[in-house]
Amino acid sequence: MKASEQRELLRRMLLHRQIDTRAFQLNRQGRIPFALGGEGHEAAQAGASLAFMRGQDVLVPYYRDLGLALGIGLPVIDVFTSLFAKKADTSGGRQFPSHFSNKALGLVSISSIIAAHVAHAVGFGLAMQYRKERGRAVLCSFGDGATSQGEWHEALNFAAVMQAPVVFFCQNNGWAISVPQSKQMRINDIADRAIGYGMPGSTVDGFDPIAVYDAVHAALERARNGGGPSLIEAKCYRFLPHTSDDDDRTYRQPEEVETQRTRDPLPTFERQLIEKQIYSTDEIALLKAELYEHIDQALEEAAALENPSADSLTTNVYAGTEKAWL
Amino acid sequence: MNVNNVEAVRATLHDALTRDERIVILGEDVGARGNVFLITKDFLQEFGPQRIVDTPLSESAIIGVAVGMAMDGLRPIAEIQFADFIFPAFNQIVGEAAKTRYRSNGDYTCPLVIRTPYGGGVRGALSHSISIEALFYHVPGLKIVAPAFPADVRGLLNAAIADPDPILFLEHKKTYRLARTDIADEAYTIPIGQADIKRSGTDLTVVSYGYFVHLALEAAAKLSSEDISVEVIDLRSIRPMDKTTILQSLSKTHRLLIIHEDHAFGGIGAEIAAMVASEALFELDAPIRRLCGPDVPAMGYAHALEDAYMISSEQMATAMREMVQF
Ligand SMILES: Cc1ncc(C[n+]2csc(CCOP(=O)(O)OP(=O)(O)O)c2C)c(N)n1
Ligand SMILES: [Mg+2]
Repeated sequence: MKASEQRELLRRMLLHRQIDTRAFQLNRQGRIPFALGGEGHEAAQAGASLAFMRGQDVLVPYYRDLGLALGIGLPVIDVFTSLFAKKADTSGGRQFPSHFSNKALGLVSISSIIAAHVAHAVGFGLAMQYRKERGRAVLCSFGDGATSQGEWHEALNFAAVMQAPVVFFCQNNGWAISVPQSKQMRINDIADRAIGYGMPGSTVDGFDPIAVYDAVHAALERARNGGGPSLIEAKCYRFLPHTSDDDDRTYRQPEEVETQRTRDPLPTFERQLIEKQIYSTDEIALLKAELYEHIDQALEEAAALENPSADSLTTNVYAGTEKAWL
Repeated sequence: MNVNNVEAVRATLHDALTRDERIVILGEDVGARGNVFLITKDFLQEFGPQRIVDTPLSESAIIGVAVGMAMDGLRPIAEIQFADFIFPAFNQIVGEAAKTRYRSNGDYTCPLVIRTPYGGGVRGALSHSISIEALFYHVPGLKIVAPAFPADVRGLLNAAIADPDPILFLEHKKTYRLARTDIADEAYTIPIGQADIKRSGTDLTVVSYGYFVHLALEAAAKLSSEDISVEVIDLRSIRPMDKTTILQSLSKTHRLLIIHEDHAFGGIGAEIAAMVASEALFELDAPIRRLCGPDVPAMGYAHALEDAYMISSEQMATAMREMVQF
């Protein structure tokens, strides 16, 4: 991989990590009611987002995909308007944080209903296929827990039958809130589910952004060229509690988290880039400071914006102003 | 054209497919079989498998995929083979389709038509007989229509296809081949949310929809020989519902009988009764009465059980008489 791309991967990972850190700070300070972090998912999301072709592909993400959303071009300010639930938020302050909508970027609006979005991704893919838009594909992301849902299985089967241009991207962090993978399924590799649908499946190290990029890039390329769907499992870990409302000490040992932390993809990838002489320690420090500054500005800018008006409660229910009684 | 309801649906779908490239039909057995009621007969040959999509047996995915297609600019018309099978897709309809516009603040929309045959009296037993409207009409963001005459079927299906929001299009199976009428060849529309006075009268207002409008008209015709003048309103649309027509009629008749096949408790009639009680209580010369499907889980298969469930035109006539004599 080109040095410039490797630098870009690190930049995306750092941006993701720093924003998460700020969001949890804001929550502890009582400035926002809720935060949802992706620490441990940065490499997987940076790698996958680098494989996404802007202006061509579509991303149907899940709620933990801040890094993916940023990676395909979501402006940082939109993250903070979402955290502060401002009027300018992409949902107008309706949705939880990290449920973005940006049609122009190909970033699809989702609900918080686990796996409900997976069939939508197939619909987007089939629409591309129907319009004969070769060179485009859909990236659909979800967690390990989502693969227990019937909707997930229906969507993968449908995609395979129709050879829809969709890459199903599972970020397996081993946990669905408090339930470990072993209580969700009898298999170790979620990629093994692919064979049941007749599509290729592969498992990659989700802490290695280059490995993830390679896998997602190959799968997207295949989909873009009429080769059909595939399933990629990126094994990672969730360092933070499920959300700011969760206390993970009730269901997992702190030692487990500490052990996983020793493999934290961020310092690891920084070290690798320094070893490869792609970046110097000073350059990385400078990059971090720049990102911090950028985030800080966006945060304060968003905080100063207006809140949604109560009037907006009733807008965008229908295209018109239909009430139940006419 | 001279058509029954099946042919009205078929002709209208055919025109729409011819007119608008964005329209695709998807569902179980809609292709080679041409739908179990032959509504899409020969469409596959004419429009091809990209537009007439035989899907896997997968209701949740049928609607989920259609939602994705609709969000991406197609105009999918999804079919649920029988309304009784719609519940696997409940989440996609209520949780996703109905909320797409709202949750993305208008960035994404979901112009989706879901067609499904419903209703009893066809020896359909427990799982080919039910009415589903009450389970969906609670949901803002959805529209529901249930036309029962060929001219209304054509006009409302055209309106549904043109509508920018998700619509549940209910086709009563018992009306499919009930009557033939001459209807216009043009692709005219009937506004969603507009009731139709199928028979005017002065002594009593009957509000109904679906197959029971046909029976109520029979009963009303019978009563005219007894000098009882019954006005029969066919709602045609269930959400939004036409308040004006109902209230105007009551200001003339001062008596309201609501008839529907779906259960009484929490049903469409309850909402109408509540509306009338709060907006026109002092117009009423008799208590509002509801003649509805019984409070049992399902329709039986045996003739006797099915008859006991359905309401005959004789029973309707009796209720009408009683109300006028109150
Ligand atoms: C249909 C549904 N059931 C339950 C929930 C509550 N819930 C939210 S996140 C979650 C765990 C999801 O785990 P996973 O898919 O592995 O994603 P992760 O949070 O680990 O990234 C659950 C149970 C939900 N949002 N939707
Ligand atoms: Mg998980």
